[in-house]
Amino acid sequence: MTDTLPGVDVPDPLDEAAVTAAVTRALEQISEASSLDELKAVRLAHTGEKSPLALSNRAIGSLPKESKAAAGKIVGAARGRVNKAIAERSEVLEAENDARILVEETVDVTAAPRRRRAGARHPLSTLQDRVSDIFVGMGWEIAEGPELESEWFNFDALNFKPDHPAREMQDTFFIDPPDRHVLLRTHTSPVQVRSMLEREVPIYVLCPGKVFRTDELDATHTPVFHQFEGLAVDKGLSMADLRGTLEHFARQMFGQEAQIRLRPNYFPFTEPSAELDIWHPGAKGGPRWIEWGGCGMVNPNVLRAAGIDPDVYSGFAFGMGIERTLMFRNDVLDMRDMIEGDVRFSEHFGMEI
Amino acid sequence: MRIPLSWLREYTQLPADATAEDLMADLVSVGLEEEAVHRPSESIKGPIVVGQVLSLVKEPQSNGKTINWCQVRVVPEGQEQKLTGKGIDPSGVQGIVCGAHNFVEGDKVVVTLPGATLPGDFHISARKTYGHLSAGMIASARELGIGEDHDGIIVLSRLGLDPEVGTDALELLGLNDEAAEINVTPDRSYCFSIRGIAREYAHATGTTFEDPATRVTPPAKLEGGYDVVLDDRAPIYGVLGCDRFVARTVRGIDPTRPTPQWMVSRLRLAGVRSISLPVDISNYVMFELGQPTHCYDLDRLSGPITVRRAEEGEKLETLDGKVRELDPEDLLITDESGPIGIAGVMGGASTECSDSTVNVLVEAAHFDTVTVGRSRRRHKLPSEASKRFERGVDWQVADEAAQRVVDLLVELGGGVADGAGTDIGVAPEPVQIFLPAGFASERIGMEFSEELIARTLGDLGASVDRSESDFLVTPPSWRGDLETKEDLSEEVARLVGYDKIPSRLPVAPPGRGFTRKQQQRRRLVQALADAGLTEILAYPFVAKAANETFGVAEAGAPRPAVKLANPLSEELGWLRTSMLPGLIEVAKRNHSRGFRDLALFEAGLVFLPDDGPIGTATIPPLGALPTEDVLDALEAGIPSQPLHIGVILTGHDSPEGAHHTPRAWDWADAIDIARLASDVLGVDLVIAQGAHQAFHPGRTAQLALRTGEVVGYAGELHPKLLAAYDMPARSAALELDADALFEAAPDVIVSKHISTFPVATQDVALIVDAAVPADDVKEALREGAGELLEEVHLFDVYSGKGIDEGKKSLAFGLRFRAPDRTLTADEASEARASAVARAAERFGAVQR
Repeated sequence: MTDTLPGVDVPDPLDEAAVTAAVTRALEQISEASSLDELKAVRLAHTGEKSPLALSNRAIGSLPKESKAAAGKIVGAARGRVNKAIAERSEVLEAENDARILVEETVDVTAAPRRRRAGARHPLSTLQDRVSDIFVGMGWEIAEGPELESEWFNFDALNFKPDHPAREMQDTFFIDPPDRHVLLRTHTSPVQVRSMLEREVPIYVLCPGKVFRTDELDATHTPVFHQFEGLAVDKGLSMADLRGTLEHFARQMFGQEAQIRLRPNYFPFTEPSAELDIWHPGAKGGPRWIEWGGCGMVNPNVLRAAGIDPDVYSGFAFGMGIERTLMFRNDVLDMRDMIEGDVRFSEHFGMEI
Repeated sequence: MRIPLSWLREYTQLPADATAEDLMADLVSVGLEEEAVHRPSESIKGPIVVGQVLSLVKEPQSNGKTINWCQVRVVPEGQEQKLTGKGIDPSGVQGIVCGAHNFVEGDKVVVTLPGATLPGDFHISARKTYGHLSAGMIASARELGIGEDHDGIIVLSRLGLDPEVGTDALELLGLNDEAAEINVTPDRSYCFSIRGIAREYAHATGTTFEDPATRVTPPAKLEGGYDVVLDDRAPIYGVLGCDRFVARTVRGIDPTRPTPQWMVSRLRLAGVRSISLPVDISNYVMFELGQPTHCYDLDRLSGPITVRRAEEGEKLETLDGKVRELDPEDLLITDESGPIGIAGVMGGASTECSDSTVNVLVEAAHFDTVTVGRSRRRHKLPSEASKRFERGVDWQVADEAAQRVVDLLVELGGGVADGAGTDIGVAPEPVQIFLPAGFASERIGMEFSEELIARTLGDLGASVDRSESDFLVTPPSWRGDLETKEDLSEEVARLVGYDKIPSRLPVAPPGRGFTRKQQQRRRLVQALADAGLTEILAYPFVAKAANETFGVAEAGAPRPAVKLANPLSEELGWLRTSMLPGLIEVAKRNHSRGFRDLALFEAGLVFLPDDGPIGTATIPPLGALPTEDVLDALEAGIPSQPLHIGVILTGHDSPEGAHHTPRAWDWADAIDIARLASDVLGVDLVIAQGAHQAFHPGRTAQLALRTGEVVGYAGELHPKLLAAYDMPARSAALELDADALFEAAPDVIVSKHISTFPVATQDVALIVDAAVPADDVKEALREGAGELLEEVHLFDVYSGKGIDEGKKSLAFGLRFRAPDRTLTADEASEARASAVARAAERFGAVQR
């Protein structure tokens, strides 16, 4: 038998004991194989062309015809057992191998890098959106107007008499030359008049935007700030409607516990006029009333300036500062934080408010 | 307005134990806002008593000073010292060292005993000094915080006081009184007086009120007094500058008489210091009745007084010693010598009362609000008088105020009043307001009975006539602010209490939600933040040079910009025409705070006037709808203000981290953010090689719409500019006209039909001149390939070895697909060939 491997006994295919012994040897080695590589060697040794069982199988061909069936049965069963054991062992070893690879691939997830910058909205801008959403939810619309405005829209149309102290140069940024009557709007109220000129009554609009006063920047003042202005013009509106609207808004903004208070005040463009305070239970130094803005019933002269008959329609208006709202709602202590653009300020808020 | 409580108590039932805080809490309900509390007793504590100097020994010191070693009796003779404490002598006589020399034995003085505290947290105790145990201090006015006088101690007799020894000096000097400070809105000038506040306090609390004006009885008719002529030839808005002038004469005043302490103390709490008896009386009456008055030294007046407008070139030295150039609009008080005062603003130096004045002419006049307001602004002379005149003073109270001044000059100054007097002018027509029944209820949203309305308006001092259920209301003379039925409604609601107004939520008609533009704006801003950029809000004030650099592409080209007439800083006196200067400023601030890797953006308006004049020469009046033409002219005068997006990128794109190498931001990032902006809006943005003076000449993308309209620039900022602004090299920027993008966004997007047949991909590398833009070659390929081309993209740009100098190789991937069949290799190759042919024809492209 020239093609036997050295040292390999080829069992006689009819010698069941010899075949079984070969099988036992194979099974022992299979179970001892501790890696897929070792198993591969074992497989070659016991199922390869020159393995004892393969050679034994080949030897069946030279047996007498009557013995072939018996020998085939013995050798075939033996080879089947070996193949099955290899397959089983292979499955086990593969599973072990897979598991090991996964273990080896373990990373420290806490060291994951930030590949993407975390962007941020400016909180004043986010807050402006939040306020707008509340009013749009109530069926109101958002109105806009220019920041550089005609003096007429900013003052006269709002019933500021020509010599009203608020028109003085020290409050208002006038455009050069001042006798051309253009200024940076000092409040969002000119949008009231624009809205009334552009729309049909009934009108329910909110006007958020940037406004300007000649104050130097310090912890509580800034020459550029933001307001939102509400205006409703309809038949039969009263101070009660104003209060109801402000109460609803305050609750949307600060929770169901929010309370408001109206105090008499004066504005040229409303009559009656009121100061709006909000109850701030979480205020530093204890719960207290905080001045939030001004409001009142639209002065008939303002309606007239927009061509609306004050004997038929009435309206209410209110205005609040967005910086101020952010200061007491979110405990911002210094106006400069909102102005200077330090990325830490916006990034702390992210996309929320 | 500061309200000393003792003063208010004279005219109302303010409870004895009420504090300034209590008063403010009551006044807030009628619309007088709390401002501050002024309480001297917070910084000064007893025992501080009246003492009498028994003996005074002058002891020269080695340092050249002479001190007085004083024995001061601080309890009445024969009585025992009831106070105990360290340093308080049971004998009732304190030994005190005093450095002042303005007193003698027998003088009564203010003694701060050991245990007392003075303003500045200064604690008094017995201490060894100049060889004596000094047990207390004899106080000066400044040490007590009641005056500036520090030259000597207070000698009570010189204040006209002779109290018993041991008297509480705090009480004596009014230091136990306190004041509430409230904010008075511009419409309620009558509240700049104790008279007005007392009335409001009565409204707020329901207590009784006595009108101080009724305490005096001026003669029914004043005649034969000092000659006064009202001669206003240039009224403003047709309103006479002076429509009443009351003049009274008091002679023989003793100029040495001091102002009594109760008056000094009230004036001090009200916020003015004592000057001289006539001036103090004049101020006192102004605070009490709201009517400013003026005392002239009668002997320094020459000839009749004329109230007239200034003449060109006239000058006046005012009380503050400054010489003022007068404007023809200024209303003046003049005599034969010329101007002696700017009406309602400030008196002149030449006729002011001095410490030798014995004869006084008292003026109580009524001046026009606008005239006084303009003069005050023109001369920058805010005064207590101008504050009241500008807001409106009660026409009727002038003779009562003058009488009150006269009475006080007689009582406190020992003068004698002339029987004759002057009172000229014409009372304004009383305003009558028709208040229809039910109007106030409708306007306020709650039911007011007719009785309640009549009673409330009556309480205000109005006279109310009823015609059936309507009202005809004549407001009181001090309420010039009440002009309309709306004003009366507010008064009813105010006195009933705003807290009684019910709450009702009106339902708006169905709205349209956010406009498309508002949605686009929000989407754009959110997309930029989502992409990792940080939103900032910079001021729109910039330097002229910044507009000329960033606001126009071509260097030296004109850039009209809006100039502020009164900027906060002359340098930043212009409104921005570009977002970038503000962003650079904020970037630099962040750099200085240690943040170098930045991606900042701002969405805001830029101000782009054209060459024409800004604004309009006139503006229409208030209270009426202007004509269409007038409104159009107003609009036309307002410069265009489009919304722009600006972006600045400096440093790296992400934070440093393990397993991660941050990438430096560059020109392409700026362009990519422009693409992001156009993508989220669905706008087709055409990127072309561009030129802008603020950007790197070779790394500037011009951003345009398909129509050709240029809407922005993106790329690397010019290296020289970055150096000049001290910004990191390679910083990139983007500026986009967001409004133009919004406009260009499609209304309806027509669906693309998706083919499910297999794709055929082909690559091609083309060599072209280095200057040929890749995007143009891509466009040529797209055109040449025809309809079968689904997509083409540039995947490599190469120059160097193997490519001739001045050339570059562009590698494109082409993806072909047919809508109705599987493409054959030949079809795809044919399309590719015709694509290449088009590129060859247009740019001389050669396949590599």
